[in-house]
Amino acid sequence: MPVSIIEKIEVKYLQIINEKGEADPDLIPSVSDDEITRFFETIILARTFNQRALSLQREGRIGTYASILGQEASQIGSALAFSDDDWLFPSFRESGVLVAKGYPMWMLYRYWAGDERGMKCPDNLNIFPMSVPVGTHVPHATGAAWAMKLKGHRKAAGVYFGDGGSSKGDFHEGLNFAGVFKAPVVFLCQNNQWAISVPRTSQTAAKTIAQKAYAHGFEGIQVDGNDAAAVYKATKDAVEKAKSGGGPTLIECFTYRLDDHTTSDDASRYRSKEEVEAWRAKEPLVRLRLFLEKKGRWTKEYEAGVVKKAEESVDSEIKKAEAFPPPDPADLIRYTYAELTPRQKKELKESGWGS
Amino acid sequence: MGKLNIVGAINSALSEEMERDKDVIVIGEDVGRDGGVFRVTEGLLAKFGPERIIDTPLSELGIIGAAVGLAAYGMKPVAEIQFMGFLYAGLEQIFSHAARIRSRSRGRFSVPMVIRTPYGIGIKPPELHSESSEALFCHMPGIKVVVPSTPYNAKGLLKSAIRDPDTVLFMEPSRLYRAIKADVPDGDYTVELGKAAIHQEGKDLTVVSWGTMLHRASEAAEGFDAEIIDLMTLKPFDEEAILTSVKKTGRLVIVHEAPRIGGFGAEVAALVAEEAIEYLKAPILRVAGPEAVVPMARLEDYYTPSLERIKKAYEKVMQY
Ligand SMILES: Cc1ncc(C[n+]2csc(CCOP(=O)(O)OP(=O)(O)O)c2C)c(N)n1
Ligand SMILES: [Mg+2]
Repeated sequence: MPVSIIEKIEVKYLQIINEKGEADPDLIPSVSDDEITRFFETIILARTFNQRALSLQREGRIGTYASILGQEASQIGSALAFSDDDWLFPSFRESGVLVAKGYPMWMLYRYWAGDERGMKCPDNLNIFPMSVPVGTHVPHATGAAWAMKLKGHRKAAGVYFGDGGSSKGDFHEGLNFAGVFKAPVVFLCQNNQWAISVPRTSQTAAKTIAQKAYAHGFEGIQVDGNDAAAVYKATKDAVEKAKSGGGPTLIECFTYRLDDHTTSDDASRYRSKEEVEAWRAKEPLVRLRLFLEKKGRWTKEYEAGVVKKAEESVDSEIKKAEAFPPPDPADLIRYTYAELTPRQKKELKESGWGS
Repeated sequence: MGKLNIVGAINSALSEEMERDKDVIVIGEDVGRDGGVFRVTEGLLAKFGPERIIDTPLSELGIIGAAVGLAAYGMKPVAEIQFMGFLYAGLEQIFSHAARIRSRSRGRFSVPMVIRTPYGIGIKPPELHSESSEALFCHMPGIKVVVPSTPYNAKGLLKSAIRDPDTVLFMEPSRLYRAIKADVPDGDYTVELGKAAIHQEGKDLTVVSWGTMLHRASEAAEGFDAEIIDLMTLKPFDEEAILTSVKKTGRLVIVHEAPRIGGFGAEVAALVAEEAIEYLKAPILRVAGPEAVVPMARLEDYYTPSLERIKKAYEKVMQY
């Protein structure tokens, strides 16, 4: 019997606007100029939030913080492709997703200052608390999406995790279940090339992360993660497919973490300046600026106005965060179960909290 | 003899053990070029090369599961897990395999590995970086559990753990990593597993603690004639040292950071209740964490046993 080929996979790569702000003529009609303007303005807002978080950390006003610099297109392009009914499952490096969805920034600052109340998602959004254990939340999105399907709701779930996260069993198990149960979920791998000091090439021997979807029976695609338009289109298509019963999609956003891993890290210990600078040239805002300028939608004054508005809004959010009263110590115990256990009642009484 | 902090002491134990035994390897996330997130493995890559100081893909289950096979085959893996909260991902490999393979194979195979992980409140980090879950591991037969408290015992205990024929969980108090500098001998020495140390002698009251809390329990003992026992190995623990001391003092207070309910203090209390109750002049008290998820920075001081709470317990048993 001759050996025959029984399966072949092809992994696509999508880019719509390149580093010079030039758009692919066939693909660009799928994204409107208004949408691109929105990406531009939201990236500026998220970047302002991020820069202020970094300075607050340096001043000791918040704790350890994970910067999103360089990854804004991957976060914002994807987040804006979901509707508010959909459910999102972020990791700890998704400030851009949260800001884009309108999550109150003052609450995020509170959270990073060590106050759990910052993760109490407002009722108008469905964003799960950010997952600190890397990759472990991937199956949660599968489960929520499966529930949407079981209940006959036309919705989708989206989950964010890193290139490092794709090495966890939870990632593979989450994808496998989604494939088997055809869950309406979009897996958004934020491949920023590094997991702290471990480069992507040491994370998996596979050429792409996108191709891992095929082993679980559905499509994966790699997109230019610094091109908000490409990320948006890929995500929008995947959400649409999910909602119309087509099952899951894995999107690998190929991007770069321009800052240290977190404020406790020093990336110069393990990667070269040249590498960082080469990626800085491809960062996501510049190409949108060039694109909008060609469309007659960008001027210096326009951008200055956007920046000013972002700074004002971030400033007032920080004021609000810092004026917020400290948490009640009884909160420690209060949310463990729906009702206090006998032991907890005793502990509250002995400590005198919440009385 | 040189002055080292706990980070330096552990680094020196690893380095000396790797020189002594070529089968000892270090595996984990960011242990190589980065020297570990707490810099515990700093300099080891340059000394021993990438075949022995190995950055793995990001998977605690993979690290521990592979370490089971590495160890069974004859390597001596020392696996670093970045924070105790991320050890949860490896529980199946620890509980279902590392802890049982000797039993399962009736002694034919064994898993002589060490899992090092920082534990406890101390660095004001995000969630799951401050766990203190020793009781889970003490409950499970087949794993040893060690918690150092000083640079001296950190080095000596880690060397014993690496030479031990079974799986040892080595919990490093993150709050103490750089907090204490003390004399540590340069050359080879070990601190025996399963033996407690008398941290301070006293007549009126026995205090049992370990790791970070040992130091707070000891600070709180000012003005009391307390005998402070540093348990160091929780599994198997030094029953003799505790019983001898309690028979002398007639009073026992146990201090730990983990929740009181089901905490390891319960085991210590039960031992004394079962074997020395007739010596007791006061009830046994535990000062420990509440039945709550370990909080982030803003509430952590309410979670950890405070000096005042510990002192109050000492007073209570003295005045009983
Ligand atoms: C299960 C688990 N292991 C280890 C860590 C410590 N840690 C935090 S972030 C990180 C690297 C994550 O890399 P990646 O998934 O690529 O996400 P990125 O940080 O690059 O956004 C590690 C090892 C963790 N938070 N969770
Ligand atoms: Mg990464």
